[in-house]
Amino acid sequence: MEVVSQIGAGVTDSLAYLGSLAMLGSRAAYFTFIGPFRGKALRLQSAASQAMEVGVRALPILSLITFFIGLILALQAAYELSKLGAMSLVAKTVALSMSRELGPLITAIVVIGRSGSAFAAEIGTMKVTEEIDALEVMAISPVHFLVAPKFLAMMIMLPCLTIWANTMGILGGALFGVAQADFTLGRYIQASVESLYLRDIVSGLIKSVMFGITITAVGCFEGLSTGGGAEQVGRSTTRAVVISIFLVVAVDLVFTAIFFFVGAR
Amino acid sequence: MVREHPNLSESKSVISLRDLRVSYGDTEILHGIHFDVKAGETLVILGGSGSGKSTLLRTLVGLEKPSSGQIWINGQDIAAISNDELYEIRKKTGMSFQGGALFGSMTVGENVALPLREHTKLEDSTIEIMLRLKLEQVGLAGFEYHMPSQLSGGMKKRAAVARALAMDPEILYFDEPSAGLDPIIAAGIDQLILELKKAFHMTIIVVTHELASAFLIADRMVLIDKGNIVAIGTTEEMRTSKQPRVRQFLDRVPEPDVEGELDYLQTLTERYRRHA
Repeated sequence: MEVVSQIGAGVTDSLAYLGSLAMLGSRAAYFTFIGPFRGKALRLQSAASQAMEVGVRALPILSLITFFIGLILALQAAYELSKLGAMSLVAKTVALSMSRELGPLITAIVVIGRSGSAFAAEIGTMKVTEEIDALEVMAISPVHFLVAPKFLAMMIMLPCLTIWANTMGILGGALFGVAQADFTLGRYIQASVESLYLRDIVSGLIKSVMFGITITAVGCFEGLSTGGGAEQVGRSTTRAVVISIFLVVAVDLVFTAIFFFVGAR
Repeated sequence: MVREHPNLSESKSVISLRDLRVSYGDTEILHGIHFDVKAGETLVILGGSGSGKSTLLRTLVGLEKPSSGQIWINGQDIAAISNDELYEIRKKTGMSFQGGALFGSMTVGENVALPLREHTKLEDSTIEIMLRLKLEQVGLAGFEYHMPSQLSGGMKKRAAVARALAMDPEILYFDEPSAGLDPIIAAGIDQLILELKKAFHMTIIVVTHELASAFLIADRMVLIDKGNIVAIGTTEEMRTSKQPRVRQFLDRVPEPDVEGELDYLQTLTERYRRHA
C-alpha cells in the first residue's frame, strides 16, 4: 500500500510541476504575443540581447558539435551500408537523421547547457538578492520583465540554430563522403538536399520551437522557485539542466509520435 | 495600551491591520496583528530575529498572503483584491530592501528610472531630470552612470531609497535600513529618513532591530515578539514602559537560559568530556 501511495504522490507532484510550467509558459506567451496589443510593450532590447546570448554566441560550439555528429553518423551508417554496397545512401541517412531528429535535439541540449542553466542561475540569484521581490513591489511583473524577453528570444533562435545545426551536420557527413565514399562535395550536398522533403525540416523546426518553450519555462521556473541562499542557486541550476534534458526528450517523443501517426510520413 | 500620537489623532489611517495572521505551511508566524498607521507618521516595527517583523513587512507590501485577517491600505483590503489592483496600490508605495536589491545589470540611473519608464509615459529627457533629482535627494548626485557593484553598502541603500522614491510614493517602507552598515553610515541613513519625513510628509514604515535608530526616527513604535504585538505607543511611552518584555528588549537583557558565566563554562567542559 505504501508503495502505491508513494507512486501516487510522485505522480501528483510531477503533474503539479508540469502545471506550474504550463502556467509560467502561458503567462510568458501572454506578455509576448498579447501584452504588446494591450499597452504592455515587450522589452525588445532585452529580447535582442538575449537572442544574441542564446543564439549567436552558441554558434561556434554548436557548429563544432553538430559537425562531429554528422561525421559520426556518416561513419556509423557507412559501417552497415558498405556491406550492402550502398555507400551512396550515406548522404541521405545523415541528412534525414540530422534534420528530423539530431539537429533539433543536439541544439536543444547545447542550449540547455549554455542558456537554460544561465536563466536559472540569473533569476535564482535575483531571487536570493531580493531583486525579484523589488520588481514585484515596484508593480513590475517578473514574468513580463524577465521571462517574456527570454521566451521570445528562445522561440526565434532555437529554430534558427537548428537549421544551422542541420547544415553543419550535413557538412560533417560530407567530409566522410568526399574522403571515403567517392562523392564530390557538390554531389554530396545535392544528394542530401534531394533526399530531404520540406516536412522533414519543418517537423524538426516545430520540435525545436517546443524545445525552446520547454527550456525557457524550466530554466525560469527553477530560478523563480529558488529559496534560501547561494547554494540554492547552484541546486536550481542543476535541476534546470536535468529536468530540461528529460522534458526535451519527452516532448521529442510526443511530437515524433504525433508526426508519425498524423501522416507526416 | 494602544494610544495614538496626540498630534496625529486627527488625521486618517493610511494602513489598518485587522487580526492579521500569516503562516508558512503549518507554522503560524504572525498571530493576529492589529494596528493602524496614520497619514504622515513614521512607524517603526521593532523586534528580534525570528520575531516575525520581516514577515509583517512582506505581508504589508503583498509579497506574502495572509492566512486570515485584513490589510487595509487607503481603503482597500489588499488581501482580497486582484493582482492588477494590488499593482495599482504598489505604484504609490516604495520600498527600500535590506541589501538594496538594485539590479546588477543596470546602472544606478537605470535602476532609479525603471519604475518611471515602466509606469509613466514621460519623455526620456524628463525621466533624466527626475532621476537626477531623486539621486540628489539621497546624496548620490553624479552617480547615475555607476554600476551597483561599484557602490559601497551605504551608497547602495541610498540608491535603493532613490529608486523607492521614483514614483513619489505615499507610503515608504524600509527593511532594516542600517543593517550591515558602520555606525557613521547608518546614522547618515537615519538622517536621510528624517529629511524625507520632513520634506515630503509621507507615511514611513521602518522595520529594524537597531534601538538607537528606532528612537531617533520613530513617531510611534510597535514591538513584536514571537508573532505577537507586545507593545505599541509613542517613543516616549516605549521608553518609560514598565512591561517586562519591552524592558528586556530595550535594556538588551539576554534570554535567561544561560545562568551566569561560571555555569556556562561548566556545561561546556562537561559536554567536551562526554565527547572525548
